[in-house]
Amino acid sequence: MATQTIAHGEQQRVNYLNWKTTVASWLFTYDHKRIGILYLVSITIFFLLGGIAAALIRMELATPKGDLLTSDVYNKMFTIHGVLMIFFFLVPSIPAVFGNFVLPMMIGARDVAFPRLNLLSWYFFMVGALLATIALVKGGIDTGWTFYTPYSSSFAKGEVSLAIVGVFLAGFSSIFTGINFLVTIHKMRAPGMTWFRLPLFVWAMYATSLIQVLGTPVVAITLLLVAVERSLRIGIFDPNLGGDPILYQHLFWFYSHPAVYIMILPGMGVISEVISAFSKKRVFGYHFVAFASLAIAIIGFLVWGHHMFSTGQSIYASILFSFLTFLVAIPSAIKTFNWMATIWKGRVHWEAPMIYALGFMGLFVIGGLTGLYLAAMATNVHLTDTYFIVAHFHYVMVGGAIMAYLAALHFWWPKMTGRMYPQSWAKLSALLVFVGFNLTFFPQFILGYMGMPRRYHSYPEEWAALNLLSSAGASVLGIGYLLPAIYLVWSLKYGRVVTERNPWGARGLEWELVDTPPDPHNFERTPIVTRPAYDYGHPEEPTGIIPKPRPVVVGGKDG
Amino acid sequence: MAEHTAHHTEGHEHHVVPIRVYTWTLIGLLILLIVTVAAGFIPMPVWLGTVVALAIAAFKTSLVMAFFMHVKFSGKLVWLFAAAGFFWLVIMIIFAYADYITRPWEPVPGF
Ligand code: HEM
Ligand SMILES: [Cu+2]
Repeated sequence: MATQTIAHGEQQRVNYLNWKTTVASWLFTYDHKRIGILYLVSITIFFLLGGIAAALIRMELATPKGDLLTSDVYNKMFTIHGVLMIFFFLVPSIPAVFGNFVLPMMIGARDVAFPRLNLLSWYFFMVGALLATIALVKGGIDTGWTFYTPYSSSFAKGEVSLAIVGVFLAGFSSIFTGINFLVTIHKMRAPGMTWFRLPLFVWAMYATSLIQVLGTPVVAITLLLVAVERSLRIGIFDPNLGGDPILYQHLFWFYSHPAVYIMILPGMGVISEVISAFSKKRVFGYHFVAFASLAIAIIGFLVWGHHMFSTGQSIYASILFSFLTFLVAIPSAIKTFNWMATIWKGRVHWEAPMIYALGFMGLFVIGGLTGLYLAAMATNVHLTDTYFIVAHFHYVMVGGAIMAYLAALHFWWPKMTGRMYPQSWAKLSALLVFVGFNLTFFPQFILGYMGMPRRYHSYPEEWAALNLLSSAGASVLGIGYLLPAIYLVWSLKYGRVVTERNPWGARGLEWELVDTPPDPHNFERTPIVTRPAYDYGHPEEPTGIIPKPRPVVVGGKDG
Repeated sequence: MAEHTAHHTEGHEHHVVPIRVYTWTLIGLLILLIVTVAAGFIPMPVWLGTVVALAIAAFKTSLVMAFFMHVKFSGKLVWLFAAAGFFWLVIMIIFAYADYITRPWEPVPGF
């Protein structure tokens, strides 16, 4: 490794950003940090595109008449929005960006277990995204992100099959990431990094990876079967051809319910890191939080039928799924209570990542609890397919997962870029996101309760006021999302230069032993871990040390 | 280096499989392919046909897993993950069947 100190600008230390700068050095990199950045840039584009579709949806719904978009275009808009946001933004978001960037550092590894597979996963993602984008440009599709049969397989016009192949490829990119992290966590932990010294983000990523590996193949094959039924007319899901449409729903939700945990579990991991770093306290009930991640991953596989209470599923199966759905809320509650107990009597620092994390807690609790209304079969019949559902899942996926994503972005940004963003702007945007989010989605709970169905472009007059409120809130939310895009990019050039390893005074190998920005190989030599995670009680004891060089040094991998 | 401390459970990387094994696996799979097609021509009840086809498919899968995917030569952890894949498949089938089997039990009002 090169010089440790920077003599202001003159003599730049070698880091993962500046040691090679050609375009090829990025496109063919095996460095987990650079792959994380590649993902960050790509998913930001899809977040923007999905956001534009959302803006059009809310503009249409600002008034009761379906005057801005025809119903056909409206259907395509919410499909674009859902497909891009779920498959091309939220599923890869925290795992592929921050999992890639920090997970190896957190466990004291110099890269992931399979660096080439890691790069391949990004290429699969990009090709899948390209196909999906072509499908959307060539006239779009109107099946909804759920691709329900027999509509999607026998009736829908447009490039449904192309979009499906796109999602299929993105699914495999997700599987690759999952396999990589599982093997990395099993095999690449530094000496002394025992399972119960792992940061909780790593536990969350482990649980997420299990879901990715065990669930994603099912949806990939199921979607492919839809494409097969479309092109070859083999009867699988279409009753006219001898198929069973409910079978599609079983297979789709077997993945897609666990997939909502692919989206939220990494976020929960981030919140554990941020809450403890800014409360200067060890996460309360570490073991419970760790096992809650595993419990969510496993029980999450047993509840998918709650999406099918009113679609013809047997009432007995529904009873079973309803019961199990109530169970899955318990580990989520355990985590929430433990985070609150972590803040309790901590020395709370109100920096931007913490504000985002607190926003997460508020919104996730509402999202999770309204899930219980939907898990109860009797209330579900009234609420299903209404705006109540839309509000519920936006509270968990946007209020929860995206808030956590922003918390992660603000937390690790100085480590990734060596620059600090303006705190006051960041706090303002956190506030705008929180307020704008509630203004947008809280009215939708009421609308749904009053019976407003989802997926229509017009509605009766009496729902006008609440819908207008929701659309107005969406503009505030939009500004809240645009601001970080501006000041984070601004900070790359004008932000305060961060040279210290640990600007937040947080615990963890990535803060204590890795330079800012990190060395291409993270650590000079593989560290030896000496303390548990979040050891804020012993500020004088480092979490790990870099051992003295040995006579024979085995070279690290190239990147 | 330090990664080696975690390595003791697996002999995977160090095991060299002779090409012979792959060849025989391939031949085995091709024979099973012929058997599958042949079985399609033998008249039998639909349920039996399904069972036969699935049995052959399961056998082929295990060949691929054991030899091509090296599970046979891998450590316990890999076995555990491979078994988990099957276990999850069983979960999927059983819970989906919880729906199909109980649907005729009672006419549900409104459906
Ligand atoms: C805390 C535990 C949770 C419970 C008990 C729960 C319960 C439910 C139920 C019963 C439904 C089906 C409603 C219906 O269609 O009639 C549903 C829908 C949904 N939930 Fe949750 N949920 C929970 C957490 C989450 C999380 C964490 C996410 C995402 C990160 C999420 C995302 C969704 C989505 C996307 C849908 C709607 C899918 C669609 O039809 O398009 N849920 N939830
Ligand atoms: Cu669900």
